Amino acid sequence: MIIRSLTLLVLAVVAIGCSGLQAPLNPAGPSARSIAWLTWTFFTICGVVYAVTLSALIWAVMRRRRDEDDSPRTSRRLGTVVGAATAVTVMTLVVLTISSIVAGRGLTTPSGAGAVVIDAIGHQWWWEFNYQDVAPSDWVNSPNELHLPAGVPVVIRALSRDVIHSFWVPNLQGKRDLIPGILTYLWLQADQPGEYRGQCAEFCGPQHAHMAFRVVVQPVGEFQEWLRQQRQSAASPASAEAQHGQDVFMQSTCRTCHTIRGTEAGSRVGPELTHVGSRRSIAAEALPNDRTSLTTWIRNAQLVKPGSRMPPNPLSETDLKAVVAYIQGLR
Amino acid sequence: MSAAAARDEAERERRALERTWAVPGGFLGWFKVSDHRTIGKRYIVTAFVFFILAGIQAALMRLQLAIPENTVLGPDRYNQLFTVHGMTMMFLFAVPVMEAMGIYLVPLMIGTRNIAFPRLNSYSYYVYLFGGIMLYAALFTNTGPDTGWFSYVPLAGPDFSPGKRVDMFAQLITFTEVAALAVAVELVVTIFKLRAPGMSLNRMPLFVWAMLATAFMVIFAMPAVVSSSTFLLLDRLVGTHFYNPAEGGDALLWQHLFWFFGHPEVYIIFVPALGIVSSIIVTFTQRPAFGYTALVLALIATGFVSFSLWVHHMFATGLPLLGLSFFTAASMIIAIPSGVQIFCWIAALWRGRPRFQTPLLFVVGFIVIFVLGGLSGVTLASVPLDLQVHDTYYVVAHFHYVLIGGAVFPLIGGIYYWFPKMTGRLLNEPLGRWNFWTLFVGFNITFFPMHIVGLQGMPRRVYTYPANMGWTTSNLISTFGALFLVAGGVMLIANVIRSARSGALAGDNPWGADTLEWSTSSPPPVYNFLELPVVEGRHALWERSADPPVVTGVRSDKREVLVTDVMDAEPVHLSDMPIPTIWPFISAVVTAGFFVTSIFTPWALVYWAVPIFVALTGWFWPKQGEEGDTLEDKQAIPAESAA
Repeated sequence: MIIRSLTLLVLAVVAIGCSGLQAPLNPAGPSARSIAWLTWTFFTICGVVYAVTLSALIWAVMRRRRDEDDSPRTSRRLGTVVGAATAVTVMTLVVLTISSIVAGRGLTTPSGAGAVVIDAIGHQWWWEFNYQDVAPSDWVNSPNELHLPAGVPVVIRALSRDVIHSFWVPNLQGKRDLIPGILTYLWLQADQPGEYRGQCAEFCGPQHAHMAFRVVVQPVGEFQEWLRQQRQSAASPASAEAQHGQDVFMQSTCRTCHTIRGTEAGSRVGPELTHVGSRRSIAAEALPNDRTSLTTWIRNAQLVKPGSRMPPNPLSETDLKAVVAYIQGLR
Repeated sequence: MSAAAARDEAERERRALERTWAVPGGFLGWFKVSDHRTIGKRYIVTAFVFFILAGIQAALMRLQLAIPENTVLGPDRYNQLFTVHGMTMMFLFAVPVMEAMGIYLVPLMIGTRNIAFPRLNSYSYYVYLFGGIMLYAALFTNTGPDTGWFSYVPLAGPDFSPGKRVDMFAQLITFTEVAALAVAVELVVTIFKLRAPGMSLNRMPLFVWAMLATAFMVIFAMPAVVSSSTFLLLDRLVGTHFYNPAEGGDALLWQHLFWFFGHPEVYIIFVPALGIVSSIIVTFTQRPAFGYTALVLALIATGFVSFSLWVHHMFATGLPLLGLSFFTAASMIIAIPSGVQIFCWIAALWRGRPRFQTPLLFVVGFIVIFVLGGLSGVTLASVPLDLQVHDTYYVVAHFHYVLIGGAVFPLIGGIYYWFPKMTGRLLNEPLGRWNFWTLFVGFNITFFPMHIVGLQGMPRRVYTYPANMGWTTSNLISTFGALFLVAGGVMLIANVIRSARSGALAGDNPWGADTLEWSTSSPPPVYNFLELPVVEGRHALWERSADPPVVTGVRSDKREVLVTDVMDAEPVHLSDMPIPTIWPFISAVVTAGFFVTSIFTPWALVYWAVPIFVALTGWFWPKQGEEGDTLEDKQAIPAESAA
């Protein structure tokens, strides 16, 4: 049993070490690193405690019985051993508590000057990330794709518009619940450019399983460039087909939920689509962002995410193809 | 008096007792029964039926999760299944089955003839049964709750869960809390007032101590969940705004109220199991309990501290870190009484000469699994660590280690241990060993990989997962392990069914145990004890004099029991137990009618007021010959000796 558990543990360590887009023990920022360090400390100490307890149990069960076992002296000695074991337990717990509190304080350290503030808003079942700026016209809204500058502290303002969700990018920081009516903050920082995955961690309804997002960490300059690009209004349709797609979009139910800045579509029920063509995936990481997926998704999203708020769209094949072309052009 | 005359006298006494305490017969009699053995057995069997149903749900979920992007179950069905699985395990299996063990065993262990408030006991069983039937009627009509067993608002509120699914959740809680509170009150009174003379508190069996601590925890924990589920029902039914932030309500209020109940709930399940473990270890080492006082204090300390842990379910909600630190400390502190108990049991095994029969195997398995679950619990007490693993499969692994390892293993050990007392026949020993090893291996194969997949970032309560996350192997192993658990469950059922009919006859005390239930026949007679025992030591049957004293002067022509005082169990007076009637059943029917109707209309309160009034009036209607004699007439004298 122990051997099997140990083998599994070794396998696990290996597995955790090499997978890792969404793994707490594969830290890519200071907070996650200190939690990972704390985790290994806890695991080591608890592992030793488990090994000692189990050895004592095995010894107790296997040992040869002797006549003096029933003497009061044996009981007294055992009492002393139990007392000592309890004292060691208390001391171990004190050490663990203190190290936990010390590590916890580090996680809430106020960010330095120049921190980027991002609103993370949870919706059933997608994410909205808002980058505020001095002029409201410069605000950027990036659904399901969180862009971060590398090496810069970031403050996440956690909000929810419907039910409780939980914002969690394990490689960067522990999770934080998004609770309607309560505004909370979370500080995180990513060391290096790279991509990670975040996922809703609090059960939030039928499509909780498909409520993930992508974290794109970029060098500061590239991040600024991305912001600048995202601030622009939507690109005009580049082809006749895309133009037809835009017409279909504006005349069908699409515009009752989505915003495309620079057009008359301005509803905030669903994710903003102004730059949807620039994103890597759609439907909160449920599908890659390509022609086939977009077609499937627009025709009947319920086949991919049953229960999702996106209704089926009975468009003709030509119209559907045109809408997809239009959407893909929104870079 | 000659020996023959004494024998005749004893035989007359026995016949009289049999008549007085007779179980009502016939079809209607089935609904009148109020003796603790019958109700206890019904409770246990019903709870195991729900356990099997919840196990089937778990197997279906494992099937869905075996491979990524599986489509055996859609999200709607999966979410109902995990919700009903959790609710069944917590509300319809674990708590009731532990209380049922108390209902059956406590009166026998403390040497009395029935549980206090027997009609309430019968009422509680039917309320519990009807609650369970309601939940499963809902599930089978596709109206099963689908927001998780702790149904956080606003998801469970009227805006995001229209329909009646969540109301089923709220009302199931109402059903089970009424049933649980009733049993808790019965147990406290039984333990405090009906103990055999001589069984002072410091001589009480550890199982009885555990049930006492549990009963108090139920009494203090349930009001919080009564409020929370009632507020939820009101929000959903009459448009109050307790949990609606838009109107000044608070979504976190639910979490505080629910977990103030929800964390003690875990210990309500776990503490009776500790009592079972202590009983088995004493019997199978054939030695007095090691560290009796420490074990009792640990049980009580666990009960107290369990009420100061609830916020560790809410570390991610953004409460201030300083406040959270107190809950970290409290969560660490509860490891101390658990540790003390584990150390005492290991010391008892070290010192004694353990006989490794099935019950003790389950206890050793319990220690191996529970210590690991306890240690993963220590890791969860740390705020930063919890922020990473909270709501992941790591937590799923943790609570299955503490609940299955910590409660179900001792419970099954307890079933193997007490089955001979309940039925008169032993369970099959070789099959029992197979049963243990299958469950032990299967359990670890199923749940150990969940630690790993949790640390790899897999959140709980997802009906499917992408293939590229590296979670596939662990999930497949877990599903494979579930096969062993199913096999283990089948073995247990087969063993119970086979042994109940043709198992080896047990005799009064097959294990050479120390507690009073083993001094009467197996199964016990309707009056439990022919002569009410007097207790001379902590281990009643091991410290009995050659010619043990018994209580005399308790009437056999009416349901009379001896009432003793709380501390020293000195006889105080005699009291009548009520005779069986149909009214508790009728009261349970109207209670159920009221609870179910109030899912649909607030007028239920009005509609059902009259039936409830009628039922309770019938229940409490004084009957001739049932009033007690005056106190002075009822002084009982425990005789020095029968002869």
